[in-house]
Amino acid sequence: MSAESSLPITHWQRLWLYLLGGLVMLFLIAPSVIIVIMSFSGSTLLQFPPEQWSLRWYESYFGSVEWRDATIVSVKVAVMTAIVATPLGTAAAYAINAGTLRLTGAINALLTASLIIPVILIGIGTFFLYARIGLNNTLTGLVIAHTVQALPLVVLTVLSGLRSYDMNQEMVARSLGAGRFAAFLQVTMPQLRFSIVSGALFAFITSFDEVVVSLFISGGETTTLTRRMFNALRDQIDPTIAAISTCLIVLSIVLLSAAQLFGRGR
Amino acid sequence: MSIGSASLGHAVRQDGELNARALRSDARRQALGLLALLSPGLFLVFAVIIVPIGWLFWLSLFDESGQLSLANYARFFEQASYIKTFATTFKVAFVVTGACVLFGYPLAYMLSQLPRRAASICLIFVILPFWTSVLVRTYAWLVILQRKGLINNWLIDLGVIGQPLPLANNFAGVVIGMTHIMLPFLVLPLYASMKTIDVDCLRAGMNLGASPAATFRQIFFPLSLPGLASGVVIVFVLCLGFFVTPALMGGGKVIMWAMRMEQATSLYSNWGAGAALGVVLLAVTLALLGLFQWLLGARATGVWSQR
Amino acid sequence: MLLSLAPSALPIGIHGIEKRFGALSILSDLSLDVAAGEFLTLLGPSGSGKTTLLMILAGFVRANAGSIKVGGEEIITMPPHKRNIGMVFQNYALFPHMNVFHNIAFPLKQRRVSAAETAERVERALDLVQLKGLGERRVDQLSGGQRQRVALARAIVFEPRIVLMDEPLSALDKGLREHMQIELRNLHRRLGMTTVYVTHDQREAITMSDRIAVMNAGRIEQIDQPEVLYARPKTKFVAGFIGESNFIPVECRNGSVWYEDRKLRMNDPAPSAGRHLMVVRPEKLRLLADADQARPVNALPATVGDVIYQGDSFICYATLRDGRQVTLRDYCRSDVLAKLPAPGEPITLGIDAQDVVLVTDQ
Repeated sequence: MSAESSLPITHWQRLWLYLLGGLVMLFLIAPSVIIVIMSFSGSTLLQFPPEQWSLRWYESYFGSVEWRDATIVSVKVAVMTAIVATPLGTAAAYAINAGTLRLTGAINALLTASLIIPVILIGIGTFFLYARIGLNNTLTGLVIAHTVQALPLVVLTVLSGLRSYDMNQEMVARSLGAGRFAAFLQVTMPQLRFSIVSGALFAFITSFDEVVVSLFISGGETTTLTRRMFNALRDQIDPTIAAISTCLIVLSIVLLSAAQLFGRGR
Repeated sequence: MSIGSASLGHAVRQDGELNARALRSDARRQALGLLALLSPGLFLVFAVIIVPIGWLFWLSLFDESGQLSLANYARFFEQASYIKTFATTFKVAFVVTGACVLFGYPLAYMLSQLPRRAASICLIFVILPFWTSVLVRTYAWLVILQRKGLINNWLIDLGVIGQPLPLANNFAGVVIGMTHIMLPFLVLPLYASMKTIDVDCLRAGMNLGASPAATFRQIFFPLSLPGLASGVVIVFVLCLGFFVTPALMGGGKVIMWAMRMEQATSLYSNWGAGAALGVVLLAVTLALLGLFQWLLGARATGVWSQR
Repeated sequence: MLLSLAPSALPIGIHGIEKRFGALSILSDLSLDVAAGEFLTLLGPSGSGKTTLLMILAGFVRANAGSIKVGGEEIITMPPHKRNIGMVFQNYALFPHMNVFHNIAFPLKQRRVSAAETAERVERALDLVQLKGLGERRVDQLSGGQRQRVALARAIVFEPRIVLMDEPLSALDKGLREHMQIELRNLHRRLGMTTVYVTHDQREAITMSDRIAVMNAGRIEQIDQPEVLYARPKTKFVAGFIGESNFIPVECRNGSVWYEDRKLRMNDPAPSAGRHLMVVRPEKLRLLADADQARPVNALPATVGDVIYQGDSFICYATLRDGRQVTLRDYCRSDVLAKLPAPGEPITLGIDAQDVVLVTDQ
């Protein structure tokens, strides 16, 4: 028994708990696992486990111009969102952490508002606004809307990094002759890089997986992958989506592990 | 070291405020600098969230003929379909939140009791779905639950049932799919708060003669309540405005609040009606979160700042 | 081999500093002059404002009003990186992502010193703090004392006009701390930089400082050399904060000082009329034998309470006639021990006229 939970209860007495917890974990992970397996099925029927194996759904995904274009739009938007949201969020987190401004609480609430405001309302509102300034169905419009949604994640991630960082280091750097920005670049940022990179990865995933707002403000040339998937699912269940879903799951795993590995390697 | 001006009669009086003006302007300059760091982010949030929502709110106060009226809001009480939507939404939210507590609490408890390494491995099972697209997960449940889906195929093959069970495109499907999506939002804050419970408190409880069950009931459970409350509030609030899963898995029969908003604006271009729905939804959301913060003095957005 | 700082050491003139947080006053009308090359310590309990004052000097906390002049130049609104002040933090604040060399080279890099000169100056600084050859070490491979030395080397390598230290030794264990006190003191003697040092440890302050400024509740109570501060405290706070003290109430009337009905003999001129406290250090109290009565000494009758042996010395608690308990300390010499009374016996305590110090009774 480990030291941290050395209560006089044996693992055996807790068996029921492990069973229950295991079932819930199965419930959480099973859908993803099933989809990954089904994506290699050779038939159009939904059989599990599949009777024949093939890559036909991947061929159908990569072979389709529509899916490919939608993927390219999503990647472009997600990369740009990460590029825009990361510096903005980092700057905001730094200012909030300095904490000398009045209304810090209100500013914090405003920056993280998009996490709690119903996304459907953001979608309708953005569509309404964009209709007037001609940003609907544009990459710029998507990047702006996704940046607003990704911003709180960058702010919260960098803020939690800053809270475990010793600000004395930046002060000492300044006393040693570095201006505020130079001290941030040379001393603070290298030590925050894990948080900043994590924030950027979260911003990327947030944008790439975003559905509801994209449903309203993307279309035509700029239809995102998720919007196309949503429409496809409304009509019928196309196994091609299993292949796309598998790619999205793999992407999430890769990005999350990247964030973890980067954290360990510092 | 002489203070040159100190010998002058009037300067002595000002002595207490020496350089005060220069220091004040220095402070102002620094505050402006910090504000400049915040301003791009604040501007975007303001432009993309605050302005359109304010505009929609303004719009909701006018009826179709452009007259100032509360017609858009009166509809909620008059039309049965709206009342049914609200009832459905709250029913789904309650059932999903309840299911999340039922499944999430034991999982979080187990995670909190496991040794560090095992816990971090098990946590992957919570975090990976958290960061997997909602669309992917909804699609998976469609595949599993629909008429010719995995579960029905299995059960028919096994001879348990003759006719496929109606699992998708109805209330049950929506609840199952949403529970899967909301579960991490409950487990993560709950787990975090359980980790902060001091094991010595539990040891002391047992040492003082409480059985393991009594220790859990009288010490651990009460201490885990703030974390549970924060998970419950965030799940409930997210359920109220949830769109993707009910839209795809409700089969047109389970109409929730957000779907109603989408229909009003996209299908009927009735901005006033959609906006009014949005305003009320936002008000309910903020009221619940405000109530939570007032009661427990904690922010409900903590779930996003942990990994 | 030495860094040559002495010629550029500058005096600091601090005048009229006000610092408030809302309605709370942290520092009020604080003025202080530090001579060029002086080692001045700010000593006080936590919350006395000593660290705030140091942060204002370094430029990390902004005062509400006041003036700080370094060698005549006003720096109160100057940003920290232009002040040319070396600072050592309590937790050292070494940069964990740089090795020892790059930590020490950091201030030189900011000043665009050439690579060759940087290498040479870092080498000299390492030598000065006795860390020769450790330049390539990672910060987390260093012991507490070594980190302290790196922080020190980093703060002096760019030959700052002033060095500030915020309780730099408080994280070290006792033996190392006492060793580093002497080392810091010697380093200061060799380099001669103007140093402002913050501590709450009176022993450390007395060991190291040219002068000590005792701070209490945002004010400076007294600035003096350590021995003056100890022997001639000006306020009750200073007497109580530095060393142990017995406070005996006395009254001044008609130009002389009275303890009950006894007129005190003292060297200092009598203070203003009214109530005062006589400050008597435990080691200045003596057990009087009858033969001593003739000397110019103040005799106080008392009753012996507990006597506690501490090996090299002993402490005797005695009760004066007014019921006040006083403490006496002396070394365990055989002649003293011989006349040590038993608990409950009457004795006479003696205070030399030159040791009578009066402070106002607040």
